[in-house]
Amino acid sequence: MDNSSVRGIGKVIAASSVGTMIEWYDFYIFGMLAKTISIQFFPEGNATAALLSTLAIFAAGFIVRPFGALVFGRLGDLIGRKYTFLLTLVLMGGSTFLIGLVPNYKAIGIAAPLLVLSLRLIQGLALGGEYGGAATYVAEHAPANRRGYYTSWIQTTATLGLFVALGVIMLVKLNMSDDQFNAEWGGWRYPFWISIFLVGVSVYIRLKMKESPMFSKLKTEGKTSVNPLKESFRNKSNFKMVLLALFGAVMGQGVIWYTGQFYAQNFLETKAMLDFEQSRTILLWAIAFATPFFVLFGWLSDKIGRKWIMLLGMLLGILTYRPIFKTFLEDTDITAWKKEKHTIDGEQIKKQLFNGSNDSLTIKSVNYKLENGAGFTEVVTDTAFSNGDEPKMRSGRSLVQKDKHLSSATYWKFVGLVFLLILYVTMVYGPIAAFLVEIFPTRIRYTSMSLPYHIGNGVFGGLVPFIGLLLTTTYPNDPLVGLWYPIGIAALCLVIGTIYLSNKIDQEVND
Amino acid sequence: MNTFKKILGIVWVLLGPAIIYLLISGAVSNIDPAGKKDINNPVIWIIIIAIFTPIAIGLMIFGWYAFKGEYDYMPQRSEEMGN
Repeated sequence: MDNSSVRGIGKVIAASSVGTMIEWYDFYIFGMLAKTISIQFFPEGNATAALLSTLAIFAAGFIVRPFGALVFGRLGDLIGRKYTFLLTLVLMGGSTFLIGLVPNYKAIGIAAPLLVLSLRLIQGLALGGEYGGAATYVAEHAPANRRGYYTSWIQTTATLGLFVALGVIMLVKLNMSDDQFNAEWGGWRYPFWISIFLVGVSVYIRLKMKESPMFSKLKTEGKTSVNPLKESFRNKSNFKMVLLALFGAVMGQGVIWYTGQFYAQNFLETKAMLDFEQSRTILLWAIAFATPFFVLFGWLSDKIGRKWIMLLGMLLGILTYRPIFKTFLEDTDITAWKKEKHTIDGEQIKKQLFNGSNDSLTIKSVNYKLENGAGFTEVVTDTAFSNGDEPKMRSGRSLVQKDKHLSSATYWKFVGLVFLLILYVTMVYGPIAAFLVEIFPTRIRYTSMSLPYHIGNGVFGGLVPFIGLLLTTTYPNDPLVGLWYPIGIAALCLVIGTIYLSNKIDQEVND
Repeated sequence: MNTFKKILGIVWVLLGPAIIYLLISGAVSNIDPAGKKDINNPVIWIIIIAIFTPIAIGLMIFGWYAFKGEYDYMPQRSEEMGN
């Protein structure tokens, strides 16, 4: 490639990647703010119902992604890649911005959750159309021997979108009180509003791009598909590859992706009970260290093939998930912490009198600090019975140890472990765009690769937290039980991929 | 290897209905309108069954193709497909 070609592909990658990263950012902030959103948009009084409603919307966002893949994939194969993924960007940015403008349930009643649900569905549809377009667009510009390397830049966008979403939410939250953040028109809405500026810039860049050369050639020759859906899914020779892509690669990739990033962060926050700042900065550091490996494994896949890199990532996840997550629990076990030298760093007692009684609900918070810099808050909630002048506390009825703050050594150990989890993500995800592009022909590529990608990631991956929650409810004694879902799916995918996938790189995708 | 691919095809065909059965039996034993746990909520089960049933059918079709030898020869070029 001469210098101008390299500059050209650089622009193509930059324009595609920035837009795709913004779409991921838009999609993630909703999930990350799920708790706040549930309080704002769903009837108060039953926190679980509100949270479940939001989870349902979250899942709905993922479930509609495959439909988006069909709608926009078809469009992309009919009218071209450029205008299709421009449209998805506008839809995503517009609906994200509008979510930030919807008044809450107290203000407009049932219209609030209905509007949010509708906008969330549009987000899911748009995301379903975006990725396949961006990956196809870059791959169709790339030389055959560097397709893995160039498309791996698109693969960094999902993780970078998560990084930016985490960073923006943290910045906003750390600069205001919890009350200001969670207020009706509070800080939680800022990340949604910021989206409109990001999308504006990206649309401007994308408008200046040209159509993919392979698609333009097909169009000039009049060889574009007339019915991409029929050709993709009713043609056995193509449909069998769609199924193989799903069950032999993307299904496992999807669960590894979500476990390494979303599930890990949620686990650190809700099971290990780390404080807000540490649970997020651990992920931010790990993402920052691991992101270059997307490009490394994309590059490596051009040299040795895509198959074994992806399958090795799955195997490592299967073998190490339980030990890694067990370490998260053991290293945050308060029983062990209390055996070390510690001091009490503040105590607070709040009392709420019961109606018509001198008894009260007493919430006692004690902050502990360890010599190594670690610390935590122990909250005992109990009923204090008035007996004469002094209430007498009964033995602790409810004990919660939260806001755990790790020592520096344990903190960096956790960063290392989450880095490992994301390293597996880079192995399964770095080469997958090139892998998908190479098994489908140009005229139906957008449609054919988008559907398995979004079923694998949206359905299998997106349901990791949801099924994890169900398993934890069924088997409450095993805090690691939720991991059996991603481990099982990755194992099934590993077997199918090992036996049925070919490691051959298709050098010629100009058909 | 091709024989192995075909034999495993039967496993995938059987795995599809097994997944659907597990989901439905899980729903029947756990759904409880009076229950307050997440797992008692019928909506969640309906969503999961509705999503996974077509995927399980897809797995059965995949297994059937494998059994019939459709994956014995893998296309080496994308232009070998879609015709």
